[in-house]
Amino acid sequence: MAQVFAYITHKGGAADDSALELAAAAKKLGADAVTAVVTGTGGELDAVCKDMAASYKEVWKIDNAAMAYPNAEVVRKALVNVLPGDCLLLLPHDTFGIDLGPGLSIKMNSAYVSDVVAIDGLEGATLKVVRQEFGGAASTHMTVDTGAGAVVTLRPGSFAADESKSAGGQVVDKSGDAGDLTAKRKYLETVAAEVGDVDITKSDVLVSVGRGIEDQDNLQIVFDLAEAMKADVSCSRPIVDAKWLEKSRQVGTSGLTVKPKVYMAMGISGAFQHVGGIKGNPFIIAINKNPKAPIFQVADVGIEANILEFIPELTEKIKSL
Amino acid sequence: MEILVCVKRVPDTAENEISVSSAGNDIERGDLVYSVNEWDNYAVEEAIQIVDRVGGNVTVVAVGDDESEEILRREMAMGANDGLLLKDGAFDGSDGKGTASILKAAVGKGKYDLILTGAQAEAGAAQVGGMLAAMLDYPYASLVNKVEVIDDKKLKVGREIEGGNQEINEIELPCVLSIQTGINEPRYVGIRGIRKVASVEIPVMGASDLGLGADSVGAAGAKVKRVDYFVPEMGAGAEMLEGSTEEIIDKLVELLKAKGGLK
Repeated sequence: MAQVFAYITHKGGAADDSALELAAAAKKLGADAVTAVVTGTGGELDAVCKDMAASYKEVWKIDNAAMAYPNAEVVRKALVNVLPGDCLLLLPHDTFGIDLGPGLSIKMNSAYVSDVVAIDGLEGATLKVVRQEFGGAASTHMTVDTGAGAVVTLRPGSFAADESKSAGGQVVDKSGDAGDLTAKRKYLETVAAEVGDVDITKSDVLVSVGRGIEDQDNLQIVFDLAEAMKADVSCSRPIVDAKWLEKSRQVGTSGLTVKPKVYMAMGISGAFQHVGGIKGNPFIIAINKNPKAPIFQVADVGIEANILEFIPELTEKIKSL
Repeated sequence: MEILVCVKRVPDTAENEISVSSAGNDIERGDLVYSVNEWDNYAVEEAIQIVDRVGGNVTVVAVGDDESEEILRREMAMGANDGLLLKDGAFDGSDGKGTASILKAAVGKGKYDLILTGAQAEAGAAQVGGMLAAMLDYPYASLVNKVEVIDDKKLKVGREIEGGNQEINEIELPCVLSIQTGINEPRYVGIRGIRKVASVEIPVMGASDLGLGADSVGAAGAKVKRVDYFVPEMGAGAEMLEGSTEEIIDKLVELLKAKGGLK
């Protein structure tokens, strides 16, 4: 079978959580040897490569100062030059993988399938995977013709990390093959997220509101409930997109990661990007009028109700205690 | 600046409960309300705002059927100057690469400085913009939540990355950007706006107009195919609280007390 590679994202000399998830996913392809490919420069890159050799039989290191920051336009050129054209390449479906994957598949003339949540297996050159559509409301099986290679991005958190660290692998320096890395996009700086008046990452109890609130004026009932509970208010992405609450209250992979004891999801459907921001195994209560909302799959307790009617009644009850 | 915005007609998930059809080969489409893909609508608004600042022209393009004309018209009512519908039976069953190939051919029929797509659509693949850029050999940036025109050669763009942080890049024109929701506040389109553009002619191009062979697009050219739709076997899921609202609230309050949710 074609050679399988896993692209390792890293920061500050440490590999991302996805690094070991890709190792686990690669096993589902039936590959006996998987090669990690790591780009970057200097001591941080060396540290990551050394670390990855515990989990991957072979680690391809591509060291170039042009990749000190992982600019997908630059990394793409290096990968096209270094990787065999018909390989299977696994990437995390994060903001870097989304930036890199589609264009890389075109330049390698490979098939592309993204945001994969499960791998059924590889039969001959046909890869069968599971994806989700409509924000998780429907799942699909997809077949991918990998005959000329494939780029596959995997949803973070969908594959249990392979922690065995028993590969005893070796680092191979491929820096000399990287080729011309000039690009028409230049990284300038990273602007840190704004800090709001409430730090939801420190809250024990969060009353979190989503699209189900329907109108900005209705937010008052959420703040009233939070006040009665002495909790803080957080929200899902649509509320921030609508500019009803500030970004510093957004829970999710593109917002903040929270670790409360109790999380009340009010009118939140529960897209994986939102749930991905809830850590520390809190007690999750979901209230949603749609009984099929994905949030009910991750919640401990669910209530099928219209939050516009339910929240004021709950607030009254708590105030009366 | 000449801007092309790629838009798609999709089921509106805010208006519909999506369920899998009994045959398992599609979702139930009988009563679905369709609209323009939410991300694409932000992209059109961004294009209009850029043209308001520096001048130019906005063209909206869709790969679709006759019904896609209605979303092109809607985006023209917002302020896009021109529409273009790419329609051909040979396009049916295209995968992401097929769709990008169709759009690439359409780009070749015009002259654009900037091409925008939504960051993703209903299938969540987030792929067409990046593929189109690579086919054109244009630079690409995804998940863009800020666009600043520096001059007629380059832009400064912000990308939304993990943790609510923003990655700032300089990118040369022509380029392709995929636009993230929240970048702006898309304007409201009223009935009067729609009426104004109701009779504007929207040109239609098919495979032969675009010089596309039937084997490069559509199901014939697709390496990635959807086998079925299904509802996954769920885990235990939440314990659903039942009873009257009063009973449910009583149970919930007890749980909140026990779990530290009430102080």
